[in-house]
This record gives sequence, structure tokens and C-alpha cells, in this order.
Amino acid sequence: MTIDRRKFFKSIAITSMSIIGVRASGAPKAETDEHDSEFYGILYDSSICIGCQACEKACAKAHGLPEPTDKPEKGILRKTSENQRCVINSYETSQGEVYVRNQCMHCDEPACAAACLTQAMYKTKEGPVIWRENKCMGCRYCMISCPFDVPKFEYGSTNPKIQKCDMCYDRIIEGKKPVCVETCGDALFFGTRQELLTEARRRITEIPELYLDSIYGKEVAGGTGYLYLAPVTPDELGFDKRIQDSSYPALTKSFLYSVPSVFILVPTLLLGIHEATKSKKTKDENYD
Amino acid sequence: MTSPILPISKATRNQSSWQFLMSELKPRGKWLTPFNLISIPIILAGVVLIIIRFTQGLESVSNVNQEIPWGLWKGFNVVTGVAFAGGAYVLTFIVYILKVDKFHSIVRVTVLNGFLAYLFYAGALVLDLGKPWNIFNPIIGNSFGASSVLFLVAWHFLLYIVAQLIEFSPAIAEWLGSRRAHKLLSGLTLGAVIFGITLSTLHQSGLGALFLMASQKIHPLWSNEFIPILFLVSSVFAGLSMVIFEGSISQRVFFQKISPKNHEARNNLVQSLSKICAFSMFAYLAMQFLVFIHGQHWNLLNTPMGYWFLLEMLGFVLLPMALFFYASRTSNILLSRIAAIITILGIILNRLNVSIIAFRWDAATHYIPSWMEVVVSVSIILIQIWIFRWVISRMPVLSESPRWAQHTKP
Repeated sequence: MTIDRRKFFKSIAITSMSIIGVRASGAPKAETDEHDSEFYGILYDSSICIGCQACEKACAKAHGLPEPTDKPEKGILRKTSENQRCVINSYETSQGEVYVRNQCMHCDEPACAAACLTQAMYKTKEGPVIWRENKCMGCRYCMISCPFDVPKFEYGSTNPKIQKCDMCYDRIIEGKKPVCVETCGDALFFGTRQELLTEARRRITEIPELYLDSIYGKEVAGGTGYLYLAPVTPDELGFDKRIQDSSYPALTKSFLYSVPSVFILVPTLLLGIHEATKSKKTKDENYD
Repeated sequence: MTSPILPISKATRNQSSWQFLMSELKPRGKWLTPFNLISIPIILAGVVLIIIRFTQGLESVSNVNQEIPWGLWKGFNVVTGVAFAGGAYVLTFIVYILKVDKFHSIVRVTVLNGFLAYLFYAGALVLDLGKPWNIFNPIIGNSFGASSVLFLVAWHFLLYIVAQLIEFSPAIAEWLGSRRAHKLLSGLTLGAVIFGITLSTLHQSGLGALFLMASQKIHPLWSNEFIPILFLVSSVFAGLSMVIFEGSISQRVFFQKISPKNHEARNNLVQSLSKICAFSMFAYLAMQFLVFIHGQHWNLLNTPMGYWFLLEMLGFVLLPMALFFYASRTSNILLSRIAAIITILGIILNRLNVSIIAFRWDAATHYIPSWMEVVVSVSIILIQIWIFRWVISRMPVLSESPRWAQHTKP
């Protein structure tokens, strides 16, 4: 399905580009190389997480950000920011205190990457959604589009960056695990999305009293690279109920579909009306 | 037909083109007018703030935050401003495609207005960009985010600015007295018009489509899958209301520029424009109503956001629509102008609602623009008016074309 979408976008790009008069080879490349099932992701197990913040600290150190000083506390919502790519929050739930980690979800079909007009936000074939500084204009449309409000902007800087988790992409291409996974005991588990789903199901089957029988991230926003296991429903853990289960880029599909047809139909129609309303008199008319 | 492309007109035959340009750049008439006295300090303050913004970051001037990343410069100058520039594509459609000649006298000024508006909204956009030096990435190079609605809007902005420049260029050729250029450029008008209308339908709706992926972040009364169509339809009466409003001011300020014949015709034009506004507003209201029924949001009406929505729909669409109808039936020009002003306020309200006010209406921290953002926004509009005035008093925009140009055949 994803591949269909990509093919579609590519064909749209080629069509509209050639109409605009730009070489069609400028259309997005990279995207058809690999298929989604090989996307890497991370399984987060909130039934095991003890909220020790070791991953937060490792993340800050690895990305040159200040070490977080506040601790997860019930009733206080900590948010990711331009200085913090991941946070652990604590929630009082029907099953007692549960910790939840928040960071970029690395969607299979990311809204931010579909929104980005320069491909600065980019879904790599390995799975991480990364941000590429040399392409970004700083328009912040990714922030408007992301349903999880993940990308954070350095408003105080004259050369601002977008800060968000990149799943330690540079480590992944070297064959290493993201720093958070390496720091954590069992609450973070790294692997391909298939492996994560298998592992999640294994945990649910082996210790059913610890888990709700559902994996958050399997469907939400069209599927995400981060998967969550928890003893309670996502609502109790601060996840926005309004986030839809289907893909976000699909919401703009029909609009983008209509562009090539508008480009063919409207000028034809206008020229037709112009010719039809032409009279001998208008030959002397002044077009200015 | 032997005159060169570059300027040599009867008045300037003795001067070099450089001297001609320098003399045209000098202000005309007295410059200590109330408008100048108010606008100069604001523009200077705006320039200072823009310098601060680029030396200390967006945060130093703007109140935009992590949850509401688009503020006044995008929501007002870009999203709202583009709707007001819609008059250009509607009028070029009426004049060049339908060939309704009576609107010919106001088409140039509207295109000029549209052109300057787009140029300055692109300017506002640059201020808001975090890395404006990368602005050419979506235009050149290998960074085409072709799956992005914003990519589409950016390209259409750029192309439409060019199309409008071509539409307006015969006036520049007349100003420079260049007959050959005039002939050549006039020949391009129809193509530019057809291309321009197509681009307009796409990017007027595209600005609405920008918010499709953010639909859950916008209050349900304003967010729906039909935003693109609603934006497109409302740009018709937004643009024409701006034409009526701008015309009522130009008619006074540039009284001498307009020929007596056109002065008389103008009242009739306002009446016709009112009629188009009224009908397009009726269509818009009907669509809003269908969308509302379709969304099944009756329960939301009895909330503060619901009252706000009703105020927008009844006070700023239904009311001016009724006024436009009544004004066009009774040929009441004053009433048309009042209706146009209410409509303009209504469009500002609508676009700000979608892009700022109802966006993350449930967020803990709300966005309220800082005074500095407001000053910069206003400065941009004032600079635009300055340039508009400069062009009007020099080029044949409101005034008649020189005799030689009137007989040029396309």
C-alpha cells in the first residue's frame, strides 16, 4: 500500500513537473529502493520501564544537548523540546503508576516528510525519519502536520535546527543500536518492525497479566516505527485519542490527485470560453 | 515601429534612460501628508524589528511557540493576504476570458495590487523562515518535496508572480514609452491570464489544503476535508471586496488620474461587483452549511467556540451578503462599500480562525501575537501601499494609456 502511494506521488511529481517545465528526473528518487517490512524500529515496554531516565541522559549526551534536570512526576506533563529529544512521563492509571516514553514515532508514512517541501524531513529506507539541515528552509510546516507534535524548532537561534529523535540514524547505518536502546535494560528493544511485532506478541502471550492485548503503533497514524506495550489503554498514557489510525499523507491525496487534471482542464476550458465568446469586434480589442 | 525596446519617449528623448529612471524615483508632490507622517515611523520601526529578528532569532520578536508554529506573519500576511489578492484572477477572467469590457478600466490596478501583494507576502514568508537562505531549495536542485502541498503552493506562488508581471507589463512598457516591447508583451497577456487563473484556482485552494494533515489540531467547526474548496470560493468575494474597498480609496486619492468617463462608470462597476460578491457568498454560505450538517456538530454550537463560529458565519458572511444584495438592487454605493469592509473583516477572521485561533484551540498556551509582530505585519502592508502609490502616480494604471498604446492590436 505504501509503495502504491509512493508510486503515486512519484507519478504526480513527474506529471506536474513536466507541466511546470522542470526536468522530470528531479522527482524524488530514493523512495522505491526498499520495502517497508525491513524498516527498523524500537519496541518500548512501559510495563518494564522504571523511569530511571538513563535513556534520556544518554540521548542528551549523544546529541550534544543539556542533560535533563527534572524527573518524571505524576500529574506533571514533561514535553520534548528543542533541548530534549525524548522524555519519560509518569501517569497514575487504573493499574497504578506507569511510565511512558515520548519521542518521534518514526511513522511508516510520516506526515512531516510528506509535508516537507524540500525533503529535509525524510523517511530513510532503514526506517528512521531524519531531518537534513542543508535542505531545511525552516518553514515549520512539519510541526503543523505532525499529529504527535514531535518536531521542535530552535526559535532562539539565528541558524535554527529542528530537534527531534532520529533513532540515532548514524549509528544504525554503522550497524549499531540507538544509544537509548543500548543504555536501557529490557524496556527498549531494537529490531526490524516484523521482529518487534513478534517480540511484542511473545511478551503478551507469555505474561498476559502484565499487558493489555494490543500494540500501540501497529495501526495508529498508518503504523509507526516505535511500538508500545502497556498495561493500560493509550488514553490513560496521554496519547491523543484524535490521532487517526490511517495514514496522514493520504489526507492530501485527493487534493494532489486533482492538480494534473486541473492543469489540463482549466486552461482548456478557459481557452474554449475565450474562443466561443470571440466576436469580430473583439479583434480590435486591446489586451492590456 | 522603429523605437527600441528600452525607454525613449517623447518626454525623455533628450535624457538618457538612467536620468529618466532617477527623475521618476524622486517623490512627486508634497510628502508631509498625514499618511506619510503615520506610515514612515511604523515602517522604520518595522525595519529595526526585522534587523533584530535576523540577528537574534525569531524568538526575540515573535510569540510563535512549539505547539503553534505559524503566527501572524503566515496566518495574516500570507494566508489572509493571498485571499485578498484573489480579485486579480477573478477580474482577468471576466475581462479577458468572458470579455466583459466594462471592467477593463479597473483590471490593471487590480493586477498591480495582486502582483504587489504576492511579492510582499513572499517577503513576509522570508521573515518567518528559520533558514531563508535555503528558500531556493524547492525551486532548484534535487530537493523537490513533490508530495507536499506546500511545495505546490510555493511553485504556484512563484509562477503566478511571473504571470501577473506579464499581465501588468504593458503598463510598464507604456510608462517607458517602448512601443515594440508593448506590442510584444501585450501579445503575451492572454496566455498569462489563462495560466494565472489556473495557478490561482490551485494555490487558493492549496492554502486550505495545507491544513488537511492538521485537521485534528483545528477545532472541528473549522476543520473538514472541504477546506480547499471553501478557501477557493471565499477568495472570489474576498478579492472583489478588496477591489471595491481599494477602488473607493483610489477614487479619492488619485482623483485626477481617473478620467471623468471612468469616474461615472465606476459606480456601475461597484454595483456589478456587489452582485458577484453576493452570489459567491451565497454559494459559500450554502457550502459551509452543508459541511456543517455533514459534520454533525450541532452540539458544538452551544460552546464559546460555537458562538465564535456563528459570529463569523452570520455576522461576517450572511450580513454582508444581504447588504451586497440590497446595495446592488438599490444601487447604493455607500452600502456596497460598507458590505465590502465587513466582508474583508470576515475573511481576516476566517483565515485567522483556521490558521491560528482555532488551531490548537485546546492547547495550554495560546498564541497571541507580540506587538512587534503586529508592527512588522503592518509595515509590510504600508511599504506595499507606498510602492503601489509610486506606480500609480507614474504608470498608466488608473489613467488612460497613451494614445499610441490604445491602438496596438494584440
